[in-house]
Amino acid sequence: MLGLYISIAAVLILAILFLVFRIQTFIDIVRGASTRRVGTSNKVNAFLLLAFFIVSTALFIWYSVPASKFFLPKAVSEHGVRTDQMFWITMTILIIAFIGTNIFLFSFVFKYQFKEGRKAYFYPDNHKLEIVWTVIPAIVMAILVYFGWKEWSAITRPAPENAEVVEIMGKQFAWQVRYPGKDKKFGGYNYKLIDATNEMGMNLNDPNTKDDFLPSEIHIPKGQPVLLKIRARDVIHSVFAPHFRLKMDAVPGLPTKFWFTPTKTTQEMREELGNPKFNYEIACTEVCGRGHFAMRYVIIVEEPEEYEAWYAAQKPWSESNLEYILSKVDEKSKGLYPAAPAPASAPVSKADTATVAAADTLQQ
Amino acid sequence: MSVAESHLHDHHDDHEHDHHDLPWIKKYVFSEDHKVIAKQYLISGIIWAIIGGGLSLLFRLQLAYPDANFEWLKPILGGWIQNGKLDPEFYLALVTMHGTIMVFFVLTAGLSGTFSNFLIPLQIGARDMASGFLNMLSYWFFFVSGVIMLISLFIETGPAGGGWTVYPPLSALPQAISGSGLGMTLWLISMALFIVSTLLGGLNYITTVINLRTKGMSFLRMPLTIWAFFITAIIGLLSFPVLFSAALLLIFDRTFGTSFFLSDIYIAGQALSFEGGSPVLFQHLFWFLGHPEVYIVLLPALGITSEIVATNSRKPIFGYKAMIGSMLAIAFLSFIVWAHHMFISGMNPFLGSIFMFLTLIIAVPSAVKAFNYITTLWRGNIIFTPAMLFSIGLVSFFISGGLTGIVLGNSAADIQLHDTYFVVAHFHIVMGSASFFGMLAGVYHWFPKMFGRMMDDKLGYLHFWITFIGVYMVFFPMHYIGIAGFPRRYYSFTGFDFTQSFTDLSQIITIAAIVTFAAQFIFLFNFLFSIFKGRRATENPWRSNTLEWTTPVEPGHGNWPGAIPTVYRWAYDYSKPGAEDDFIPQNVPFSETKGSNFPHENEQMVAEAGITHGK
Repeated sequence: MLGLYISIAAVLILAILFLVFRIQTFIDIVRGASTRRVGTSNKVNAFLLLAFFIVSTALFIWYSVPASKFFLPKAVSEHGVRTDQMFWITMTILIIAFIGTNIFLFSFVFKYQFKEGRKAYFYPDNHKLEIVWTVIPAIVMAILVYFGWKEWSAITRPAPENAEVVEIMGKQFAWQVRYPGKDKKFGGYNYKLIDATNEMGMNLNDPNTKDDFLPSEIHIPKGQPVLLKIRARDVIHSVFAPHFRLKMDAVPGLPTKFWFTPTKTTQEMREELGNPKFNYEIACTEVCGRGHFAMRYVIIVEEPEEYEAWYAAQKPWSESNLEYILSKVDEKSKGLYPAAPAPASAPVSKADTATVAAADTLQQ
Repeated sequence: MSVAESHLHDHHDDHEHDHHDLPWIKKYVFSEDHKVIAKQYLISGIIWAIIGGGLSLLFRLQLAYPDANFEWLKPILGGWIQNGKLDPEFYLALVTMHGTIMVFFVLTAGLSGTFSNFLIPLQIGARDMASGFLNMLSYWFFFVSGVIMLISLFIETGPAGGGWTVYPPLSALPQAISGSGLGMTLWLISMALFIVSTLLGGLNYITTVINLRTKGMSFLRMPLTIWAFFITAIIGLLSFPVLFSAALLLIFDRTFGTSFFLSDIYIAGQALSFEGGSPVLFQHLFWFLGHPEVYIVLLPALGITSEIVATNSRKPIFGYKAMIGSMLAIAFLSFIVWAHHMFISGMNPFLGSIFMFLTLIIAVPSAVKAFNYITTLWRGNIIFTPAMLFSIGLVSFFISGGLTGIVLGNSAADIQLHDTYFVVAHFHIVMGSASFFGMLAGVYHWFPKMFGRMMDDKLGYLHFWITFIGVYMVFFPMHYIGIAGFPRRYYSFTGFDFTQSFTDLSQIITIAAIVTFAAQFIFLFNFLFSIFKGRRATENPWRSNTLEWTTPVEPGHGNWPGAIPTVYRWAYDYSKPGAEDDFIPQNVPFSETKGSNFPHENEQMVAEAGITHGK
């Protein structure tokens, strides 16, 4: 039925076009337009081109001014503030060039539209002019490259020694985050160790794994450098945190990294924007399949003291997965972990804390 | 007359004889005539453009109205609509197919295939391509490649869905997305055949330009169209094999368990055995073609525009040698900027610095080209044919889209903008729309030579204005969305707080896209109607200088009924001071235009006498 409607509509549109076309041809013949070299349409088109330029430039300005509040979300990383500045300086140069060249383009086509009896100016080249407009863009580009390069080098240089390190792993279709725990050392990982419980493939035989914790949000301290260690376990993903001007692909088999320094806490942003529900977000920007558009993760920026408190309060992953760990680890690594609690024993969590504390003392 | 010439001539007579005997299938289907092959490419290109453009409307509808009920599309899309919703994997398949079809089938085959085939022999003064047989094979490889791609649209698991860049591991693992099953296999086979087609075509274009130029057609007298096609063919010849190798290695990884691009993968509850491969290696190989590909689609359009702007401004193209120089520079640089697509792919940041530097250099020759077009218009006597309007549109797009490339080429600024709608806006304007306008300009301009009839101007104007405004309405707003950080290839923007703005703009884009797409049917009607019922064309309706306009209204097999014309001058003697008319075709000797010759041209009359009488 639908197909029928569509075909009827198509036929009708074609018939109308055909009629318009025929009528126009007759008018042209009556007017004798078809015998002249250039008809009235030439004037109309020249006028329309100029009008197009004026109207669209006005529209561009009219829309851009109020829309600018939705532009680049507020930058809250040190490098982000600088790249934004660079972006806007570059954009200013580009918009000047854009409007400038278009003024020439559209005013020339209007001014030099065909006039009977006039002859165009034979002007095949002008070396001076050509050198000038080769050199000027070259200089502008050189300046832009220089500043871009300086900024890029600063962003991609190795992270400072004191950076807080967070590991983030992309998978279809979620992010998984790991902190190194009290010892500030990550345990190793191997993709062959991944299963439904050990989603990040942590090496449980590695003593450093023991205190690693896997929270459900990223917490980072304001004003301190943070290094994201990025990896993926199935296909390529890309970590994009728009407010931090942060983006880096997560590639299976090729760990990547990105470091930055947050400059505003989540709380400060909430107050500034008057939006109590505001959160910094991470999205995926490398197409990764069905759920690509829904890989949301939240980053909470806190004052350093709050962050320390949060960090200290996190429970190591090993604590809540003890049974699983003991079924997986080598004999000699079993000593790293407390023996599994008896299945029937009363309050599990309490027992857990006690045993972990015991294990800690043992290690020391 | 030289030996080669007389040989060609005899040969041509043979053909003229064959012409009547040729069975229908040899004449119109497996034809070896460059003009027929060009039309085959053109019509295939148009069909693919409708399919590719139509697919984009489907995903535009989804983006503008994510909450709408799409049950009404069920008759067309069947199982891809579940409970009134477009399937997210099918959305990705649509995006992938739109990209693949537009980049390769429309703007590579449809543009180069049509105009290189049609214009190279006609504009350099040759009877046909160097090898008609290879040329015929080139089209039919393309045809088969298209058929396979088309089939992939209808299979149950859907066509390839990992984006037109088909990055592994997504494209290598059917567990990751259903399109990476049979759909991806068909994609790879289709592309392999397509590459064969492009190489056969390219070899032919290069050989023909080098070897079959008529007497007097030196390289520096060639029209800029020919320079553009020639350089394009060289770029294609050097870069497509790299895509071929990437595709081949991907086939190995998919089928034979090799690990070229795959490593350390755990998917669907299973750790796979791939180790030591690099997904980034694939990206290097892909973009080693992928970036030159931008110029493979753009340069022919720029060449066509050069010709049309000069003809219709009634002025020589400004800076002919600078135009050639900048095309050569762009071609060279196009091979060493590929990694600007990969600033944040995880490759070494030092490479990022190098590629940023090289990328921004390419802005210089591009700027020179834009300035030269504008100066060509200055003090012209401009006639707005539909072809001219589309060429002016192209120049406008080339500037608008080229400029945003300067931000994206800056690796530090690219961090935020990479894979957002800003990129989508950039390349759709500078590569997609500009090339598409070049193609339309070419069709309007050379239609009289192709079909012996004129297309209707008024419908052409209507088509231009809706399309020109429509294209800007579609792609200009995407810059805003991109600056706000919206990632591309998103099925819906409802899941994030930072993507809650600009929903009205998304709808405007979709409506503009539908209108623009609909306007293409005006063109289609004009095109088909004019083939059969258009006003009869004259030999040289645009009063142009190049050699194709010296052929009969409908050039037959062999192009010129008599001897091939000799060339005495460049292609841009428009409005020459002292000349009677405002154009002097390339085959007019200086001895016949004594009133308008410059001093150095008078000197050439001696040499001319030599050419005319044979040495």
